[in-house]
Amino acid sequence: MEKNTIFEIKGLYRDDFRVTGYTFGKGEKAACIMGNFRGNEFQQIYTCSLLVDRLKKLEEEGRIKEGKEILVVPSGNPYSINVAKRFWATDNTDINRMFPGYDLGETTQRIAEGIFQVIKEYEIGMQMASFYMPGTFMPHVRMMETGFEDVEMAKQFGFPYVVLRKVRPYDTTTLNYNWQIWETKAFSIYTTTTECLDKESAKQAVKSILNFMGKQGLIDYKVHDGYISQTIEDTKLLTVRVKKAGFFDCKVNVGQEVIKGELLAEVVHPYEGMVIEQIFAPEDGIVFFSHNNQPLTYANTAVFKIVRSFSES
Amino acid sequence: MIETFASVELPVDEILYMRKNRIEPEKENRNKRISIVTGVHGDELEGQYVAFELIRRIEEHKECLKGTIDVYPAMNPLGIDSITRGIPAFDLDMNRLFPGNEEGDMTEYIASQIIKDIAGSDVCVDIHASNIYLEEIPQIRINELHENKLLPLAKQLNVDYIWLHATSTVLESTLAYTLNSIEVPTLVVEMGVGMRITKKYCEQLVEGIFNMMHEMGIWTGEVSKVREPIVSKDGKVSFINANTSGLFVSKTEHWMNLKKGDAIGQILDPLRGKVLDEIVSPVDGILFTLREYPIVDEGSLIARILER
Repeated sequence: MEKNTIFEIKGLYRDDFRVTGYTFGKGEKAACIMGNFRGNEFQQIYTCSLLVDRLKKLEEEGRIKEGKEILVVPSGNPYSINVAKRFWATDNTDINRMFPGYDLGETTQRIAEGIFQVIKEYEIGMQMASFYMPGTFMPHVRMMETGFEDVEMAKQFGFPYVVLRKVRPYDTTTLNYNWQIWETKAFSIYTTTTECLDKESAKQAVKSILNFMGKQGLIDYKVHDGYISQTIEDTKLLTVRVKKAGFFDCKVNVGQEVIKGELLAEVVHPYEGMVIEQIFAPEDGIVFFSHNNQPLTYANTAVFKIVRSFSES
Repeated sequence: MIETFASVELPVDEILYMRKNRIEPEKENRNKRISIVTGVHGDELEGQYVAFELIRRIEEHKECLKGTIDVYPAMNPLGIDSITRGIPAFDLDMNRLFPGNEEGDMTEYIASQIIKDIAGSDVCVDIHASNIYLEEIPQIRINELHENKLLPLAKQLNVDYIWLHATSTVLESTLAYTLNSIEVPTLVVEMGVGMRITKKYCEQLVEGIFNMMHEMGIWTGEVSKVREPIVSKDGKVSFINANTSGLFVSKTEHWMNLKKGDAIGQILDPLRGKVLDEIVSPVDGILFTLREYPIVDEGSLIARILER
C-alpha cells in the first residue's frame, strides 16, 4: 500500500487541505473508489476506511492481481467533515457540482479538477454517494443514463438493485456523469445511510465492491455472489407522499415487503398529539427508501419510494 | 393588492406563504404585464430595496400606470429570514429547481407555482445581488441563446454592463432559463453585494425599470435618460483568482479603469506579518467585479476585468 497526497491547498490558519489516496498493486489503473465530497457523508468515508483495511490485508496476502492498480480516496473533502459543514465552508459550494473542474477557477473547481485529473485515468470508478433527501435506502448501485452506462457490469456488484437515472441539467457537473463522459465505467454506490454509521451496511458494501473487483479480475476474491440485481429506472419507483406536515411515525423498515393497503406511517399533530394522517401502501412492493430516521416531515413530501412487485427488470 | 399565489404547511404551527403585490391601473387597459422578481437566493437583498422603491413610486403616481405590475419580493422567504442563500432545511439552491413539479416535494411545488404565476408576463426582471464575497457593478447577464430577444430590452434597464455568456447545461434549471423557454423574456440583474443594500445601485435600477415600463407603454410618468451599457462576450472577461490562501486587502476602487500591471490588492498573512502575493491587473480594462469578503482560499475569485 502506498499513501499519497493527490491534491493539496495551503491553509491560512488551518492545516493544509489534503486529499489522500491509498494505492494497492502496480500497473494498469484498474479501479478507483472515491469517498465523501460532502461534510455529512460519514458513512461514505467509513465504508472507504473498511475497504482500505481489507485491501491492505489482501495485498499482504498477494491477492491483488499482477499489473492491476486500485486507488481508494476516502475523502475528497476532509475540511468540511472537520467543521461539520455539508459544503465547502468558505463559500458553501458543493465539490460534487464542480466536475470536471477548472484549474484556474474557484477553490472547489480547483479541488474537483485536481482530484479528477488523477481519478479519470482509472478504467472503473466507484463513488460512495449520498442523496439530498434525508432518510434510509436499500443498498444499490446508481448510474446515469449517459449512453456510456454499463448495466450488466453494475449487476456484478450483487446489490439488490441497479437504479438508472435520467440525466437532469444539474447532474452534468457531478463526478459520476463526468467519469462516464471521460470513458471511465462509473458507478455510484448507496449504502443505507449518510449521516449516521450503519456498520453492517458498510461491511456489505465492502464485500460487494471486493466481489465486483474479483469478478473483474483485479483481485483474488470470492465470497458470495450477492443478489441477482433488479434494474429499475428511478422514474419507475413508486413515490408515496404525505399531505400533512408534523411528526413522522414510521411503521415499516427499508427492505420490508408491504402489501397494498398496509399502514406505512402516521403523521402526528405537533402540539395536540393526535394522528392527522395515515399513509398506506398504494401497491404491493418492497420499501426502497424511507424517511424513517427523521422526526418531522414537511407537507407534500416524498416519504417512501417503493419498488413495485413484479416490476420489469 | 397583496396576493398569495402558493402556500405550504410547515411541520410546527406555521404556513409558508408565497406572496406578491399586484398593482393595476383602475380603469385602463391591463393587457401588458411586467413581473419583478427577487429573493431567489435568501442572502441577496439588493432587490428588497428595489421592490420597496418601485412600489412606493408607482403608488405615488398611480395615474401614470397603464398596465399590470407584479412585484415578487421574496421567492425564498425562509432563506431571507434565516440569512441562507438556498432553501434552509433542504440545503437546495432554489435557482437549480426550475421548472419545478406541481406533484413534487415542497421545494419543487413552490418552483412550479412561481413559474405558473409569472407565465404570461410580457417581461420579467429577476434581481440578484452578488454573493457576500464579491461586489458587482449593476449588470445584466444574458445567455447567448437569447441574445437577439433580450439585448434590446437589457439596454433599457440603466445598467452599466451587459455580459453575454456562453450557454451551460447546468443553467437550464434556473428561473430565467425556464421563463425564457416559455416565451417570457427574462433579464437577470446582478449588482452590489450579498447581505447588503447598495442604495445608489438600487435607485439606478429603479430608474431603469421605469424606463422599461415607459418603453412598453405601461408608464406615462417622466423617466430619466438611461446610461449606455458596455456590452461584451465571455472572451473579453479576465478572471483573477487568488494564488494562495490569506487575507485580501484591496488597493483599488470598484469600476475603475486599470492598465496592465496596475495594483488591485494584496494577499496578506496576518500570523507572520508577510505579504503573500501582490495582485496586479493582467490586462488594460475596467474592473467590474471586486472581492468584498477579505478571507480567501487558493482559487477564490478576486476580480473580473473587462478588457478594453
